[in-house]
Amino acid sequence: MRYVMVIDTRRCVGCMDCVVACKTENNVPEGYNRDWITEEVRGAYPQPRLEIRSERCNHCARPPCVSCCPTGASRVHRGGVVLVAHRQCIGCKACLAACPYDARFTHPDGYADKCTFCHHRVDQGQLPACVSVCPTHCMHFGDLDNPESEVSRLLRSRAHHALLPEAGCQPHVFYLT
Amino acid sequence: MPIELTTTRHNPGIDPTLHVWGWEIPVYLFLGGLVAGLMIIAGVRLVLVQPRERQAMVCCTIGPLVGLTLLSLGMLALFLDLSHKLYVWRLYLTFQITSPMSWGSWILLLVYPALLANALTHLPEAIPSVARRFHAFVAISDFILARPRVVIGIGLANIVVGVALGLYTGILLSALPARPLWNTAILGPLFLFSGLSTAAALLHGILVLSFKDGERPAFADFLLSSLARWSEGRAPDTRIAPLLTQADNSFLTVELGLLILFLLGMVSSTAASQQAAALLLTGPYAAPFWVLVIGSGILAPLTLQYLELQNRIRHTLAPAVLVLVGGLTLRFILVFAGQESHWARVASLP
Repeated sequence: MRYVMVIDTRRCVGCMDCVVACKTENNVPEGYNRDWITEEVRGAYPQPRLEIRSERCNHCARPPCVSCCPTGASRVHRGGVVLVAHRQCIGCKACLAACPYDARFTHPDGYADKCTFCHHRVDQGQLPACVSVCPTHCMHFGDLDNPESEVSRLLRSRAHHALLPEAGCQPHVFYLT
Repeated sequence: MPIELTTTRHNPGIDPTLHVWGWEIPVYLFLGGLVAGLMIIAGVRLVLVQPRERQAMVCCTIGPLVGLTLLSLGMLALFLDLSHKLYVWRLYLTFQITSPMSWGSWILLLVYPALLANALTHLPEAIPSVARRFHAFVAISDFILARPRVVIGIGLANIVVGVALGLYTGILLSALPARPLWNTAILGPLFLFSGLSTAAALLHGILVLSFKDGERPAFADFLLSSLARWSEGRAPDTRIAPLLTQADNSFLTVELGLLILFLLGMVSSTAASQQAAALLLTGPYAAPFWVLVIGSGILAPLTLQYLELQNRIRHTLAPAVLVLVGGLTLRFILVFAGQESHWARVASLP
């Protein structure tokens, strides 16, 4: 099993419902974000190119945050989801420096924190909070190892890219273009 | 093609540029390298020099004691950096083979006994007053010195663990591929040789403080009187000063060579590495890098110590102070600039 997230950048309008849903679902402290919206504009008038992306931890297949963790607090959970065991984290911040996406932060309580793909919901057969509230249905979540899953079908049929593939982490959040 | 990137993320310590490590980590890396250097120098002297000649030798007597103190200060700095301090014991419930920090925490457990054994070998000569009060120290020292193989074992252990510690302080950073400035294997040897040069400079500085009155810089009087009280007037053997100066110049030369290779590798690599190198060469860290690290941290002490070896100027504290300031600045610059370096944050839009 390999959980991935697929986000259709042609549908995303950057409304930030995913951000609000994440903060509510996971009690993310004020001033911190587990997910966020990035707008990238290339080129100039009359032919600018805009891509709006809902970004988060990429739950990499080769996660440098896991390999650098000195206590084993950062680990790979079922389905390839990268998690942090709060009571094992010493707050050394090596994982924050190791992430090329800057997706982690230090929680005010001292431990490293990040997106969990809402594994507590997924384990109960639900979708991650951000996916479940998206008003344009631009976000998709599922098992990449299942060729019949929606995410597999989308990645087969649509052009897509991941963020910073050159960093060598094999990210598992994909953006349809 | 113009590119505009905006984000709604504003996580503290992460945005606009990463700054999760403050003064504690550079101080720890500096002190760790310095202690590694002290261990290697003391280890080499233990292995190569006869006991009688070692007795008043600063690198075998005061060096390990200074090392123990500095290492403890470094560990304190490391502890202060942790944001989840109560869970620090978790480090020692596991060994994570892919984590340099896990290797480092276990290496530090080996450093203390090796350094302690090193210090105990010549403790009666280093602090006679303590040895007179606690006879056990004299007995331990006599026990070790009566067994040349044990002395050589302690020396070799200090060399091996010292090299591991010195390399680790660089590998800790170089194992983080997300930061192009750090992601080079040269950082390990660079920090090792920087540690060796700062250690030789520190020992040389202590020796200069113990020179005769006429040769002593006036501003060192206070420090010298403290040192004399501490060692009960038994000043360290100053004959080793030229040797330390020579060694320091060798370490500084290798360090300069490694720094050049480090920068050459960066500017001839990917765009991300070129941007990272520019932070040091022409960017916000250029002034301290060129002035404090290259200029006054390496080139100036190299010149001064060359003139000292030629007997054209007196041995002074200046090279030692310059090398120590340069070594500390190097750690600060690499830790801070490294956090600012990053992969290009824009995606490749098809």
